[in-house]
Amino acid sequence: MSILVSAIGQGLTWGIVGIGLFLTFRILDFPDMTVEGTFPMGAATAVAAIYHGFSPLAATLLAFCVGMLAGLVTGLLYTKGKIPVLLAGILTMTAAYSINLRIMGRANLSLYGKSSLLDLFKGLPPYFNSVFLGMIVIIIVTALIIYFLQTNLGQAFIATGDNSNMAKSLGISTDTMQIMGLSVSNGMIALGGALVAQENGFADVNMGIGIIVVALASIIIGEVVFGELTMNERLIAVTIGSILYRFVILIVLQLGFNANDLNLISAIILAICMMFPAFEKRFQLKRSLSRGISKHE
Amino acid sequence: MSEPIFELKDVVVTVNQGTPEEINIMDHVNLKIYAGDFITVLGSNGAGKSTLFNIIGGDLKVTSGEILLHGKDITNMSVEHRTRFLSRVFQDPKMGTAPRMTVAENLLLSKKRGQVRGLGARRLKQNMAEFEEITKTMPNGLDQRLNTPTGDLSGGQRQALSFLMATIKRPEILLLDEHTAALDPQTSAELMHATNMRINKDQLTCLMITHHLEDALSYGNRLIVLDHGKISYDVKDGDKDALTKEKLLTFFNDIDG
Repeated sequence: MSILVSAIGQGLTWGIVGIGLFLTFRILDFPDMTVEGTFPMGAATAVAAIYHGFSPLAATLLAFCVGMLAGLVTGLLYTKGKIPVLLAGILTMTAAYSINLRIMGRANLSLYGKSSLLDLFKGLPPYFNSVFLGMIVIIIVTALIIYFLQTNLGQAFIATGDNSNMAKSLGISTDTMQIMGLSVSNGMIALGGALVAQENGFADVNMGIGIIVVALASIIIGEVVFGELTMNERLIAVTIGSILYRFVILIVLQLGFNANDLNLISAIILAICMMFPAFEKRFQLKRSLSRGISKHE
Repeated sequence: MSEPIFELKDVVVTVNQGTPEEINIMDHVNLKIYAGDFITVLGSNGAGKSTLFNIIGGDLKVTSGEILLHGKDITNMSVEHRTRFLSRVFQDPKMGTAPRMTVAENLLLSKKRGQVRGLGARRLKQNMAEFEEITKTMPNGLDQRLNTPTGDLSGGQRQALSFLMATIKRPEILLLDEHTAALDPQTSAELMHATNMRINKDQLTCLMITHHLEDALSYGNRLIVLDHGKISYDVKDGDKDALTKEKLLTFFNDIDG
């Protein structure tokens, strides 16, 4: 039971990372590699700040701001420096590794004996504190993003990803939209990193490896499971996808796989999910499945 | 005569500068556009029609010369800023609309053309009545598809939407870049008719590139012919009314000759 609760808690926290990536990957329509640097950057910032006496809340907000700065760097490299977005992200990610080491002063830093946001929910059964924390943060974040996307600015942001040529012809500064999207997205991913570090009790400079795959898995699993959805529903589907992904990982580990193989397994799960639409089209999987069901009826 | 609202003064655009391939794709062009002008723009491929639109729209920087709006120099004004007074419909139906957003959402975006977009709610519902009304002026059932993503529309519907988006907030200058060329003959004729109605009703100032000599003759009060980056003919009002297809063909023969 506690394993399931733990998986839900992790799913909720990682949902924030998924929604952060959704802003760039699905709305702006490009892959942002910066996330592999901003996730540990958020973790490093929050842990180092708490370590140096900041309150957990202030440390977490600081992590969000630092993540936004990293996103801003990628955004400027891409829009003003005209560096292809994939490379701009890789540059920031690579630079972030050194910065994360500087933030922590070492390769990993423990929160042992320090307070964290999880202390707000003391006295609950095991892992319920991370579920509550994750739920509160994900509800706030999702509500804010849903509101934002319904504003005039949010609509201009969506239009930029949908057809930047059209957006420009309507006077929308697509550069500003892309910089804003990258900043907010990486802020959220750093926020996710800050929360995960507090749940784990430490930050490690290598904890960013494979983050983009995990975040993408949340997005894609949500899409494969639910199919056509409105924008608001898609945002919620990311979090559900994130929880489902945790269950899949849980099952895989229960089957006896080694935890060291997790990145390999994550990549395979993501690859299968991403190939699903192509296979579905080719073999008409959904139709065959529903035909199978109706026959039994 | 009144002052022009928009003017190109001795505009030159040179490409491949400093190389043996150096060429003026816009060659000392002077053009005065007056309020209410509906100018049809003709020219062979490579004559400079799209270059002219790109200069007016700000997509292409001029090498020398001046661009004036109400007598004020806007030569270095960005594309985004020019959208405050200018809108454009492209030839490709995919260029002018956001495919994953609905027809209504696209129209709402274009209502704020050239304005700063803030964190106020977008107020889609409050605008639906207006959107239903203006889409009814279009020939191909666009009013029935307000909540459809534009990616699911036909090319004709998309172009009709692009045209509405360009005119929903009155532009001082409307650029139509062969906006009916990618459509089948009937849809093209219907959209052209609706376009003309709207331009006349709202007394819009418009430049329209076309390859149809008939359209160039039937619509508008003024016709210009471009050739090798120069305006070789500029026919207005009564002279344009008197212009025949045969006479127009002689323009092209003169150019080719």
